[in-house]
Amino acid sequence: MPEADLSGWTCPLPLRDYDRIVIGHGGGGQLSSELVEHLFVPAFNGTDDVELHDAATFDVAAGRLAFSTDSYVVQPLFFPGGCIGDLAVNGTVNDVAMTGARPTTLSAGFILEEGLELGVLGRVVEAMAAAARAADVRIVTGDTKVVNAGQADGMYVNTAGIGVVPEGIDIRPSCARPGDAIILSGPIGAHGIAVMSSREGLEFGTDLESDSAPLHGLVAAMLDAFADVHVLRDATRGGVTASLCEISNTAHLGVEYEETSVPVPAAVAAACSFLGLDAMGIANEGRLVAMVPPEGVDQVMDAMHGHPQGRDACVIGRVVEEHPGLVVARTALGASRVVDLPLGEQLPRIC
Amino acid sequence: MKYLDEFNDPELAGALFDDIARMTTKPWSIMEVCGGQTHSIIRNGIDQLLPDAIELIHGPGCPVCVTPLGMIDKALEIASRPGVIFCSFGDMLRVPGSAQDLFQVRSEGGDVRVVYSPLDAVQLAVENPDREVVFFAIGFETTAPANAMAVHVAEQRGLTNFSALVSHVLVPPAIEAIVSSPHNRVDGFLAAGHVCSVMGTWQYGPLVEAFGVPVVVTGFEPLDVLEGIRRVVRQLEAGTAQLENAYERVVTDEGNIEAQDMLAEVFEVCDRRWRGVGEIPRSGWRLAERYCGFDAEVRFGVSDIDTPESASCRSGDVLQGLIKPHECPAFGTECTPRHPLGATMVSSEGACAAYYHYRRLDLPVEAARTSDVSR
Repeated sequence: MPEADLSGWTCPLPLRDYDRIVIGHGGGGQLSSELVEHLFVPAFNGTDDVELHDAATFDVAAGRLAFSTDSYVVQPLFFPGGCIGDLAVNGTVNDVAMTGARPTTLSAGFILEEGLELGVLGRVVEAMAAAARAADVRIVTGDTKVVNAGQADGMYVNTAGIGVVPEGIDIRPSCARPGDAIILSGPIGAHGIAVMSSREGLEFGTDLESDSAPLHGLVAAMLDAFADVHVLRDATRGGVTASLCEISNTAHLGVEYEETSVPVPAAVAAACSFLGLDAMGIANEGRLVAMVPPEGVDQVMDAMHGHPQGRDACVIGRVVEEHPGLVVARTALGASRVVDLPLGEQLPRIC
Repeated sequence: MKYLDEFNDPELAGALFDDIARMTTKPWSIMEVCGGQTHSIIRNGIDQLLPDAIELIHGPGCPVCVTPLGMIDKALEIASRPGVIFCSFGDMLRVPGSAQDLFQVRSEGGDVRVVYSPLDAVQLAVENPDREVVFFAIGFETTAPANAMAVHVAEQRGLTNFSALVSHVLVPPAIEAIVSSPHNRVDGFLAAGHVCSVMGTWQYGPLVEAFGVPVVVTGFEPLDVLEGIRRVVRQLEAGTAQLENAYERVVTDEGNIEAQDMLAEVFEVCDRRWRGVGEIPRSGWRLAERYCGFDAEVRFGVSDIDTPESASCRSGDVLQGLIKPHECPAFGTECTPRHPLGATMVSSEGACAAYYHYRRLDLPVEAARTSDVSR
C-alpha cells in the first residue's frame, strides 16, 4: 500500500508544539487562527497578506452561474495517483464544468479527527492548492471543525464551487435528443480500482493510478469546437452506468451502447473479474460522458482528441426514442441486455 | 487478457452458436447449476442467441440467494449483539432476513464488516481479543475450503473469541433433488466448474447413471458456457447420458485433494434448508463434532431461531422451470427485489428479479431482450 510521503513537507510555522490535530484546532481560538493564518491562507491564497472576514467577496461576470457542492470521505486518504485533497478540488470543478461553466471559485470545509497528523493535513492542503492552481480556480473561503478521536476517518473535506456559464450554453440531461451520439472521454475504472487496491483488507498489486483530473479545460475545448453539446456528466460514483441511467431517466429517452466500444484497461478488467464487479459501475474522477447531436460529433471528437483529458475519447452508443428510461447494452456476442442502476454500491460477489 | 479475452471471442462464439443450432432437432431444457454461470449467460445475452428450442433454466446455484431465511435471521441477531464483530462476504449484506438486512444492523450500531477472505476474520479475532468475532460461512463447495481453513487455523491458534455461522450447501444433492422430482423438466445439466475444481468430477458419475441425464462440467466465460451447452445438446440428440468435463484447464477428475481433506476434517454432512426450495437431505455442511466449540449458533444461543419461509413463494417451481415468474401470485406485489420472498428474487440475476426489472418498464421480456441496438 502506498504511504503518504511526508518527507518533503514542512510545516510553514511552528503550529505551537503540536504535531497532531487537537480539539482546540477547531475551537475558534488561537489554535484555529494559527491553522488558518499559517496553513490555509498561504496555501490557497499564495500569500498571507489577506484580510480575514466571515465571508469572501469577489466579482463575477454577468450572466448565469453554476453552483455545486460535494463532500469527500475517501479511504485511504492517499491512494495511487492522488489524495483526498486533489479529489476534492477536481471533483467539484468537474461538477461545475458539466454545465458547460468555467469554474472560478471554491470553498473548502474540513472536518478533522483529533489526532490527525499535521503533516498529513499539510500534504492534503498542498495537494488542494496545487490542484486549484492547475485548474485555475481560487479557494476563497473555508471552515475547520475538529471532532473527537474515532469520530471521523482522519479527515473529511467538503468543497463548493461556482462557475460562469458562457452565453448561449445550455447543458443538462433533459437536453438529450434521439440520435445524439454518446461520447466517453477515455478508459474507465482506474480511479475506483486504484482506491480499492489500497484499501485496508483488500490490498492487491496493480500499476493503476487514479484518473483524478480537472475536466473543465476539455469541456471548454469541446464547446469551442461545437457549442450545441446537449449533455455532459462526469462519471463518478456509480460509474458510466449511473450516468447513463440517470440521463435516460431524466430525459425520458432510451440509451444504447456497445460494450465492445467501451475502453476498459486490462488491469481494470482483471480486477473487476476477480472481485466480481462491473467496470461500467466503477467510479471515475476524470472521465465524462457527453451527448452530442450527429452534426457536431466530428468537431467534438477532434477537439477531445487534441486535449490531454480526451485523447482516447470514443463514441460508445446513441440516444434513442425507444424504451424511454431504459439503458440497453449490446454485448460482444451481439445480444442485448438491459442495464440497471445498482441499488447501492457494488459489492464483491461471492460467486 | 490471458484466460479472459480468449474465451470471449465473438467469432468462435458464433461458430459454437451455429454448431448448437445445427445439431438441435428437438426442444431441450438445460439447467446451469451455478450462479456464476447464470451471471455470464445474462450478462453476455447467451440465452437470447441460442435456438428457441433450447431453454436454459437457472438453477439454485447462487449461495447468497439460497441461504435460508432462518439462517439470515440468526446472522442478524448475532450481528446486533454488543461486543460482536460480524464478518461476511460483501454481497451477503444486502440479503434481507424477515425484518432487516446486515446493512441496517450496521446502521443501528452493529459492527458488521466485509471481509474478502475468511482468514481476515481470524486475524480480526487475534487483533481484538476482547471482542467476539463471528464469520458468516456460506457458499457451495467452492468457498467451503477457505472457510474450513479459517476454523482450523483458529483452532490451531487456540482462539476462543472466533466462531463461524455455517450455512454451507452442496451441489450434487441439489441436482439429485431436482432430477428426482416427479415434475422434473431438466434434460441435462451444466455442472459448476469451480465446485468441481475443488471436489473433482467423481461425485457426478452416480447421478448420471442413476437418472440418465447428461452432466457436463462447465466453466464461466462465454465460450466455456457455450461449449458446455453444445456438449449437453450433442448427448441429448444422440440419446446418451454421460459425464463430460468441458473445463479441463481447471477441473480434474479427483479435484483438489488437500481442500477435500480440509473439508473432511472440519465439516460433516447435514440436512439443509434452501431458501425458496425447502429442505434437501444431506445437502449441507456443518461443523464436525471436534470443531463444535466454534459454532456461532451454539455460542450465541440462536439455534432455535427458525423463521418459516413464505407460504406464497413459489421460487422452487420457478427454479425447476415449472412456472414463469409472473405466474406466481406474489410476483411484483408481496415479492419485489427490495422485499424478496425467495431465492429467485433475491439475486439480481434470479429469474424473478430479471422478470421484475424488465417488466417494471412495461416492456415484455422478449421485447427488451431483442430490441435492436445496432448503430
